[in-house]
Amino acid sequence: MKKSKIVQYNKWGYIFLIPFMVVYLLFQLIPLITTIWNSFFENYLSGLMQVGPNFVGFGNYADILSNPDLWLYAGNTVIMWILCFIPQLFFSLLLAAWFTDPSLRLKGQGFFKTVIYLPNLIMASAFAMLFYTLFSVSGPINSILMQIGLFKEPFDFLQNIWAARGLVGFMNFIMWFGNTTILLMAGMMGIDPSLFEAAQVDGANSTQIFFKVTLPLLKPIFIYVLITSLIGGLQMFDVPQVLTKSTGDPMRTTLTLIMYLNKHLYSKNYGMGGALSVLLFIITAILSLLVFRFSSGRKEA
Amino acid sequence: MNDTLNGKKQNGVSIGVRRLIAYVVLVLIVFMCLIWFYILFINSTRSNAELTRGFTPLPSSYLFTNLDNLFHGSLPIWNGLFNSFFIAITSAALSTYFSTMTAYAIHVYDFKFKNAVFTFILMVMMIPSQVTALGFLQLVINMGMEDNFIPLIVPQIAAPITFFYMKQYMDSTLPISLVEAARIDGAGEFRTFNTIVLPLMKPAIAVQAIFTFVTSWNNYFIPSLILHDDKMKTLPILIAQLRSADWLKFDMGQVYVMIAFSIFPVILVYLVLSRHIIGGVTLGGVKG
Repeated sequence: MKKSKIVQYNKWGYIFLIPFMVVYLLFQLIPLITTIWNSFFENYLSGLMQVGPNFVGFGNYADILSNPDLWLYAGNTVIMWILCFIPQLFFSLLLAAWFTDPSLRLKGQGFFKTVIYLPNLIMASAFAMLFYTLFSVSGPINSILMQIGLFKEPFDFLQNIWAARGLVGFMNFIMWFGNTTILLMAGMMGIDPSLFEAAQVDGANSTQIFFKVTLPLLKPIFIYVLITSLIGGLQMFDVPQVLTKSTGDPMRTTLTLIMYLNKHLYSKNYGMGGALSVLLFIITAILSLLVFRFSSGRKEA
Repeated sequence: MNDTLNGKKQNGVSIGVRRLIAYVVLVLIVFMCLIWFYILFINSTRSNAELTRGFTPLPSSYLFTNLDNLFHGSLPIWNGLFNSFFIAITSAALSTYFSTMTAYAIHVYDFKFKNAVFTFILMVMMIPSQVTALGFLQLVINMGMEDNFIPLIVPQIAAPITFFYMKQYMDSTLPISLVEAARIDGAGEFRTFNTIVLPLMKPAIAVQAIFTFVTSWNNYFIPSLILHDDKMKTLPILIAQLRSADWLKFDMGQVYVMIAFSIFPVILVYLVLSRHIIGGVTLGGVKG
């Protein structure tokens, strides 16, 4: 940054920051503080009776952390995130390696990138509604599977634990692998080409180059992709919410943490909702700090 | 796919074979990405009776009948469309204009808390709106702004991710000397920003306007907490409502056409502008 000679210009820095700061304070910082504040109070509706707000200290945290529901929903969220992340990483790496491999010279890259990024822009709730209709008992997927003779009877995907979780993971995979591919490609193209040439001169084939040169150098981007994807995974809501009509069926095995929060917000249980929000905030903040560390480290390097 | 011709041997598998494998896998992936939208399109053109008879890969002729039924059905679809458009367009305009302004403040001026402010914005960039939703909802209720678009639009003025993109774009394209030249010509600071800086930022503004538009268009969690009146609901809320309804009684052709109606506008915009959007992902590099 260059310094302006005349100091009076610099007061404009503050003036231009006013809209951001005022709006941030009002709509994000104050809600964050009141959310934390709420987490220390007992405040819910019992039938038509309003209980509280009474100060209970860390009571809500003790309640929610000892509630097996929380751990079930946390487990569901992580499992469905893994079901999305593993295929996502595999295909993104494969495609990014192919797109950036100069010896392959793949044609139509623009077309392929356009197609794989497309699902990321689709309205998640509409995509979930679409999958619900496609995979329902009387839907076209069952009808196709029976026409080609794979199934004799229609299969109820949404009543089978792993089929339902698998569908949520699969939809998130389709929606996010294009984005990850583009990030990994940017990382791969940032690698100094002379390193590849040196490896080639030393007689390495492209598989060896990929595993011995590209992958180790991609580590910072991997960590970035992993953590940001985990932060995104913790926010999983639209897809399972619409797919299962907010029930998390079968037997609440697709109910995520944010769906749990949503239930507390609708039933106006602000104490529990607050405690859950703060727990999610702490986890996200730790993960964000890790990303922050890595990305500022990357710039210096 | 006849590139196998110039496949030179390279430690075992020839380039041609590898290229062939790559193309086959890519075609399968394209199929996996697009088949859902193909089925959606086909089913939108079929009548309820045809749909119950099983899937066929060819379109039928009921598209306009289904659309007509949707527009005259029980869902306030035109309201939903208008509300979604209105919120998304105003969000995109406010978010890009004020994020550029915030980035400009950090980029051009030198003041005491500059680095602190910059670090602060980067730190809060990853905080998802869900974790503050409780306090946000209470605030909206206290201000009497339920069933109002203001709490969905105005907060977009403070968009850390858009800010970060603008700041990076300025670092690479906006020299301070240009601002200083404008000052010598006697332009005020505010005028310099509006008439010189904003036009230079057009490419970045376009990319971020699209992203903000799409994010807002698809947003479900926060709007569903705030908008309860049927006339104020946006398309994602109507879709979710369709799921909660006793859908077996629904005309399935209408259900498909409703989904298509919410998805295809974004697909169209995307196909026209995809090159800029994909470039934007690489440059920004910060998305959930």
